[in-house]
Amino acid sequence: MSAADTTDAGIPVAPVYAEVDVAAGLAERLGAPGAPPFTRGPYPTMYRGQLWTMRQFAGFGSPEDANARFKFLLERGQSALSVAFDLPTQLGYDSANPAARADVGRVGVAVDTADDMVDLFDGIPLDRISVNFTINATAPIILAMYLVAAERQGAASVDLAGTLQNDILKEFLARKTFIYPPAPSLRLSCDVIEYAAGALPRFNPISITGYHAREAGCDAVQELALALANAIAYGEALVARGLAFDSFAPRLSFHFATTMDLFEEVAKLRAARRLWYRIATERFGAAEPSSGRLRFFSGNSGTTLTAQQPLNNVVRSTIQCLGAVLGGAQSIHVMGYDEAYEIPSEEAVTLSLRTQQIIALESGVARTADPLAGSYFVEALTDELEARARALLDELDAAGGAAAAIEAGMPQRWIAESAYRLEREVSTGERPRVGVNVYATDGDGGALGEMFAADPGVAERHAARTAERVAARDADACRAATDAVMVAARGGGNVMPPLIDATRAGATLGELADVFRSVFGEFREPQLW
Amino acid sequence: MSPARVVLAKPGLDGHDRGIKVVAMALRDAGAEVVYLGLRRTPEEIWRAAVDEDADVVGVSVLSGAHIALAAELVAERMRAGADIPLVVGGTVPAEDAETLRAMGVEAVHPVGTSLPLVVDSVLALGARERTA
Repeated sequence: MSAADTTDAGIPVAPVYAEVDVAAGLAERLGAPGAPPFTRGPYPTMYRGQLWTMRQFAGFGSPEDANARFKFLLERGQSALSVAFDLPTQLGYDSANPAARADVGRVGVAVDTADDMVDLFDGIPLDRISVNFTINATAPIILAMYLVAAERQGAASVDLAGTLQNDILKEFLARKTFIYPPAPSLRLSCDVIEYAAGALPRFNPISITGYHAREAGCDAVQELALALANAIAYGEALVARGLAFDSFAPRLSFHFATTMDLFEEVAKLRAARRLWYRIATERFGAAEPSSGRLRFFSGNSGTTLTAQQPLNNVVRSTIQCLGAVLGGAQSIHVMGYDEAYEIPSEEAVTLSLRTQQIIALESGVARTADPLAGSYFVEALTDELEARARALLDELDAAGGAAAAIEAGMPQRWIAESAYRLEREVSTGERPRVGVNVYATDGDGGALGEMFAADPGVAERHAARTAERVAARDADACRAATDAVMVAARGGGNVMPPLIDATRAGATLGELADVFRSVFGEFREPQLW
Repeated sequence: MSPARVVLAKPGLDGHDRGIKVVAMALRDAGAEVVYLGLRRTPEEIWRAAVDEDADVVGVSVLSGAHIALAAELVAERMRAGADIPLVVGGTVPAEDAETLRAMGVEAVHPVGTSLPLVVDSVLALGARERTA
């Protein structure tokens, strides 16, 4: 069977579907929107009640640079923020660190101190604008700095809404911004979730993410299984601490890719909700329906965008955004058409936001919940994705669960092999890519308009600013607060309260990450290649 | 004898390793001997490994936009280490940056969108050139 007759995940597709192709018991598998098993969506009226949150991922340069881009987006009708941090911030290095120099302010904003976080949100009321933070290994430190910034604005923590990615397990699978070994990393993630369960009722302390494994090369079925296996691992770790599942599960959120195979993607998102409901009730004995109600953010796929004929990417992103909407996403990011090369230009990011707004306001797809329900094809595909993902979850269980499987390198191999297979299919032309292996024309590369220009002086300026702030802080108070973080890290108490105190006292991200490095050590990825 | 010995690595802090693993697998399928050093490798580590492994070609991949700064460090360290081995750079490299990289002493640049067979042919050709040099 060729790629033309199967979905992206290799599921055979018949020329026509009919009633006979949908297994009996569909009504029970669907339920109503907003009701178990939530196949049709987490809320009864879906987008009629509230549109999805339009949340373009943004950040570069200094906190002031990123703040200006945030305001640019909010002025154009974006409804919430999503912060991209630079790699040094993600990996626990201050801007002055020699290991960080080349990467300061490149893929995101540089944040060294709580004062930087105050600057990042200058003029943006944190009790009214929800903020997503794509941060993992240093998530507890970044959350602490955000809470200090909110406190300085006078915002009450009960009003803070947003999401911290904080899904460290998937960093070992893909994305790779881990610092510490898996076990202490998992402990830090769980400290955040436990802290938020008491203190931050409107905040999602984790976004359990299949997206990066998918972008690294796995297929839709593997994406489902890997995200849910990680969700199970967090759930088990928190229950093992003595927390009731229902005390934290309603605030767990998810993140899936939405790529080009429209119906497979919609089916995947519907299957994800049903799978999680079953896991929550059958495995964890959830009593609250909201514990099994999966809510997710969808990032469109950067790897489907091409450097050749870049305007074609606008069309690709439109289809992907539509897939996320038909799949019932709670918030969406649309890629910039120039992202194969650079941070999106203002023109590209505006077009991404307009893509969402046109789908929301002009296409009519937001009028009714789960509009594809009952389609013979979509229901058959939803059932098939669910069954295949369950089979993979069983394999991961048999391997000892997500953490053990990751340590053994099993899912990493799935991802790399699938990426290689896809790339060969593109090379041979078996998998069409318009403008790349079909309808390609000479001189297609780099035909972009205005390009984003990175600021080469940002590392030096930001390092100098942090040095001034370090010189101005009360050194004794800061040292005492940092020592308290060390005590919590060593002793097993929740690190969040001392981290908040330490960032308030002016401790830097690099200093606090070093405290954890000294207690937990650093992880070096085993080479499976 | 294999057509080339290739050392691959990710310099800087960028974790996007899909591309470099795909290239590693494709080079191996083409008969090359490939050592992939992994993530966050310093210029010193990369050239030490290249010399120890008697590499014909060194390939690095950068998708964070830091390719110019990182290539500059790599080219400088290659000279310090006295390693006369061609360097290939792949990643999110705009056309004008590709020229800058070549002018700095990078032998070949393969921006995103380069076809896999083209990358393999380029690396193997550099390897063959080294062996006949």
